[in-house]
Amino acid sequence: MGYFGNLASFFAGDKQAERIVPPTGFTARLTSFTAAAMAFLTVFALALSLATGRLADRWSAELAKTSTVRISAPEAQLAAQSAAVLNILNTTSGIESARLMSEVEQRALLEPWFGSDLPLETLPIPSLIEVVEQEVGPDMDGLRLRLTAEAPGAVLDDHTRWRRPLAAAAARLRLLGMFSIVLILGATAAMITLAAQAALAANRQVIQVLRLIGARDNYIAKAFVRRFTVRATIGASVGMLAGMLCIFALPSAAQEGAFLTGLGFRGWHWIIPLAIPPIAAFVAFWSTRFAATRSLDRMT
Amino acid sequence: MHPLIELKKAGFSYGGGDIFRDVDLHLTKGSFHFLTGPSGSGKTTLMKMCYQALMPNTGTIKVFGKDVRAMDRDDVAIVRRRIGVVHQDCQFLDHLSVAENILLPSQVAGRDVTQDLANLNQLLKWVSLTDHMNALPPQLSGGERQRAALARAVILSPEVVIADEPTGNLDWDMAQRLLNLLIELNKMGKTVLVATHDMNLIRASRQSVSARVLRIQGKQVHLAGADL
Repeated sequence: MGYFGNLASFFAGDKQAERIVPPTGFTARLTSFTAAAMAFLTVFALALSLATGRLADRWSAELAKTSTVRISAPEAQLAAQSAAVLNILNTTSGIESARLMSEVEQRALLEPWFGSDLPLETLPIPSLIEVVEQEVGPDMDGLRLRLTAEAPGAVLDDHTRWRRPLAAAAARLRLLGMFSIVLILGATAAMITLAAQAALAANRQVIQVLRLIGARDNYIAKAFVRRFTVRATIGASVGMLAGMLCIFALPSAAQEGAFLTGLGFRGWHWIIPLAIPPIAAFVAFWSTRFAATRSLDRMT
Repeated sequence: MHPLIELKKAGFSYGGGDIFRDVDLHLTKGSFHFLTGPSGSGKTTLMKMCYQALMPNTGTIKVFGKDVRAMDRDDVAIVRRRIGVVHQDCQFLDHLSVAENILLPSQVAGRDVTQDLANLNQLLKWVSLTDHMNALPPQLSGGERQRAALARAVILSPEVVIADEPTGNLDWDMAQRLLNLLIELNKMGKTVLVATHDMNLIRASRQSVSARVLRIQGKQVHLAGADL
């Protein structure tokens, strides 16, 4: 019998062997509930982790290959300095394109902050030049020196000071999500171990009878291991489904990419939570086996 | 003939005090032994040593030719399938029916239980419990429970049957009935060891079986003589 055959026969179980251990309603419900709650939390931790990763990627992609040159100069010099900056940018290696942003584009940028009826023409707005870099970008320090020399009012912003903390925060959040999943798995293992130990202690008499009639420890352990593994798997499946439904029911991501509305799964990421019940089964199997082996050793 | 169970200079102490010292005991195939002595003299302890529920502190015990100290827990489990044990308190799984309890040894041994169903029916008939096969153990009387325990002890056709005060809670008629079942097993070739403090029961068996009577006295086991 192959691996899947063994797995199938483990979950199908042996009805007679299963009846050896008396039904324990309370621990059964407790184990299933714990597994369900943990699976539910795992779905959210996963969603958080994946959403953070997506956000970090998007921010990096949007900001990584662009820079902005801001030219703040007296109105009389603004056009000349802008032309000088464009000239420098167009002759600098590592720059794909440089484009002076129109008044309409600048208004659109300011609109979220000042509203649509802003009289932009009456304000001393600096000129903005959007720079798109090539795969290997320009020498930023050299470019800054040239810009300062040719256009004193020009300031080059390569978005590094925005990007670094954002990327660091996103990486930390992703790590936190992963760490939460590990903690959840650990807590699940601990709770199932305790529940299994309690069940074994409550069935001490049963174990003594089974040993008296020639049952091997492996046989006794199997009866408990299967019971707890099946309960944990069922609980985790229910918790996973509930978690996925809740994630599905969250409002869809806004165009602006607000973080909270972006919490969820995209595309093939919906498959990842399906791994939770098998992982819960794995954790329950080894936790119960560990508890059973220890308890049976002590009962010698 | 090699003894099935052999104790050589076996000793057991508990809480700093000796319960036995230098006990020699040989249970050969087909023999019938009574083990007697006052309550608290250590009959149960000695029997537990015979089926490896307890290990000797000194001396050696060999079961089916193998030193018990050299056995791991799996070996002990296999050996226990060759020794049927009947306790005074029977020790059933109360959530299973009488029939399921009797079939338990077959089940834990990994045998096809359906093949043992014929055996089960014969055993139930033998211990007169056919009508109670679906009852739960707590629903049985003391005598019925002891008979069910005996049926469970012999479902795997063990070579040795050990009964610890099997008649302790039974009236005289029921005690004799159970004793007769044990004698029948002995006549089938089984080695039987029965612990009892009931001397009348031992005397009553004299006409039916040639039994050796062992007495625990002074922390040692002696062959009982004419004082019985």
